[in-house]
Order: sequence, then C-alpha cells, then structure tokens
Amino acid sequence: MNTNQLMTLAVNKNGFIFDPENGVSYTVNETGLFILQKMQDGLQNGEIISALCSEFDVEKDQARSDYEHFLAMLKALSLVED
Amino acid sequence: MTKLNLSHLDITVAVSGLKTGDNPQPGVPVIRSLRSAGFKGKIVGLVYDAMESGIYLEGLADEVYQMPYPSTGAESFLTRLDYILSRTKVHVVIPTLDSEIPLYIRLEKELMQRGIKTFLPTEEQFNLRDKIKLAQFFPPKGIDIPKTHLLQSADDIYKLRDELDFPVIIKGRLYEAYKALNLFEAQKYFYELQAKWGLPIIMQEIIPGDEFNVVIVGDGKGHCLGMVPQRKLVITDKGKGFGGVVVKNPGLESYATKVIEALSWRGPCELEIIKSEDGVFYLIEINPRFPAWVRLAEGSGQNQPAATVLLAMGETLHSLPPFKPGTLFIRHAEDIISDISLLGDISVNGELVR
Repeated sequence: MNTNQLMTLAVNKNGFIFDPENGVSYTVNETGLFILQKMQDGLQNGEIISALCSEFDVEKDQARSDYEHFLAMLKALSLVED
Repeated sequence: MTKLNLSHLDITVAVSGLKTGDNPQPGVPVIRSLRSAGFKGKIVGLVYDAMESGIYLEGLADEVYQMPYPSTGAESFLTRLDYILSRTKVHVVIPTLDSEIPLYIRLEKELMQRGIKTFLPTEEQFNLRDKIKLAQFFPPKGIDIPKTHLLQSADDIYKLRDELDFPVIIKGRLYEAYKALNLFEAQKYFYELQAKWGLPIIMQEIIPGDEFNVVIVGDGKGHCLGMVPQRKLVITDKGKGFGGVVVKNPGLESYATKVIEALSWRGPCELEIIKSEDGVFYLIEINPRFPAWVRLAEGSGQNQPAATVLLAMGETLHSLPPFKPGTLFIRHAEDIISDISLLGDISVNGELVR
C-alpha cells in the first residue's frame, strides 16, 4: 500500500486534517485520528487493527470492518493507493 | 533569507487601486504589506474614483490624488503626474490595475526622467500574456492551455456548436468571465461583455479539477524571485476568492516556474492554474499585477510588495524567504466611519493631504 500522500498530511490533534499539496481539509473522529496517526507512524494493517482492539476495547472483526471502511474512504480520496 | 525590511527607506511610494469591497483592488493590501515591512516613508494613493474605500482608511495613504482614466492617454496622465510631483516627490510607483499597466510600461522613460522607478514587465512580456495570445504562445513551449476560441461575433458560437462541450467560460478581454450552460447563455454573455470590453470575446473550455492561484515576482531574466501558491476556500458569487490557504505543491511550483521562464516575466503577476482530474496543469490566465489577496504572501513569510519596492530601487535580490504552507486568509468587510469633508476634498479638489 502506497501511503506517500498520507504522509504529507498535517494532522491536528483535534482531528482536523490539512493536505498542504492541494489545500483540501478534512475532519475525522477520534477513531479516524487514531488510525491516521498509526498509518503515519508506519504501522501495517494487522498492527493497526490490533491497536484499535486494545485502544477502543472492540472485537477484532469489528475493528477490521471499521478499519477497512476507513481505508476505502482514504483510497477514494486518493490519500492511499494499492 | 531573512524577512525583508524597508525601515531604512526614506522615500515616497505611490500605489494605485484603493477600492476594497466586493470586487477589491490590490492597492490596500500592497500598502499594508509595505507598512508591515517597517516602511516609514510616505505613501501616496492614486485613485480613479472618489469612492475608492481605501481613501478613507486612516493611517493607510498619507496623500491621495485622483488620476485621469488610462483611456484618456499619456498626455493627461503626465500632466496630472507633474502636478502631483509639484506637491510631493514620488520615488517608486506600484500600479495594481490591469488597465493602467500598459501606460506605466510605455511611459517608463518619462517616469525615470521624473525620478520615478517601477518594476514592471516589458511591453512584449505584457502582450504575450494577453488572454487572446495565451493559446498561441504557450502550448509550443509545453504549457497546456484549455481549448480556446476567440469570438468576433455571437454567430461564431453558433458555428462552433458541434465542437462545444457546455458549460463553457465566456470572458471579456480585460475583465469578467461567466459560465455559460448553453448556446443561448453563451450568446447573451457575448453581447454583455462586448458592450463593456469590446472584441474579441474569449470562449474557453472548462477543465474540471483543482484551481490554484500563484502570486509571483519575476526577475525579468526567467527566474521567480518569489512565489506563493494558494487554493481558494471561499468564493463569492462574483467568483472572487474571499478566503484561501497557502499550499505546497512541487508540481504546481515547477509548472508556474516554467510559465515565468517562458515569458522572462519582470515584476509582480498572478497565475491562475487548474490541475485537471488526471493530474495535468493548465494555465488559465496571467494577471500582470499583484492580486488583491497579496497579503497572504506577506502573511506566509514572503513580502512580495516590499521586494518590489527594493527591486524598483535597484537592489539585487536573488530569492525571497520561503513561504509557510497552511497560512490562511479570510477577507473581512468592515465599515469605515469618516467625515463628508474628505469626500468633498477628493471630489472637488481631486486630492486629499492628511
């Protein structure tokens, strides 16, 4: 997975995200912010899902489903590529 | 490079275009940028209309003089300028309106004889960026332009109907542009713009994508001394950007650099660029002066109006300080409270000395 574009994002601790390359901004909730930070830290999919389980006290299937949904949105916004 | 400082300059700088409001001119932000660089000399405002709001802002222009419209020609312009020079010295002038720039370029020698310096493009550079020449000059240099037609009559639109993909943009030669959704709208806007700005009218395809504006000072030798790109965040119903954010996009910067290289542009300008959905950059327009949002350049660390004064004064600058991406501007309209006597001074005497 290519996360080069995602690495350039300025991520505010309140969940405000600014893409300095095109001036577009986004907002994410607490879970989205957690995932983005883990992705920017270079964690792989499995590691992020495990981190979600321990941080938010959810089952692995639920965490995977939410993570994949979020990832699909990032792909639709061209912030990550396969 | 450190922030530019004009506090050592004991000179008079004249700046035109003091109207703010819904269709603001760049003069007020240019003056504010100069003051922000520590400029303590005199500022002379050159206006065409007594209702230009910047006239009434306390602490902005020390003196204001009404000028004859550029269409009245060089003689009346110089006569008025000589009168102004009998009242105050002027060392540098920064014209900020498209319609007056050709006059300042053509009169460079006469201005120099009067001790007035500018930092402007040559007439050739100015003409090459004319909206009606963009499509001829730039594509052979590898700079893409949206498909453009120059219209001499409304009937031309009808003749082109089979190759048009609506909506299209219909533009006046100097000012104004409208999005036309169909043939009838295109012809309606053609007539409106023809009545205001004359022929030809420009019809341009719309490129879907991200629009960027870039403010630049070129050195006249093909290099950008400074460049600040922004993306508009707030756009009024007149299409004016009332909010924007500085972006850092290496592809955009190298494209803008290529445009300035092709023209060897000297002085300030604004590029309007679209990055299409497939990632291709298109040059939409080159405005031959600072844009009204130029304070964003200063706010992001690159005071281009201050640089222009230094360059006009003959100082050598190799590059301007870097800009800070993420710097934001939001335009704020405010009522100025003044006295009717100021309007009287500028209306009757054509001048205001504070």
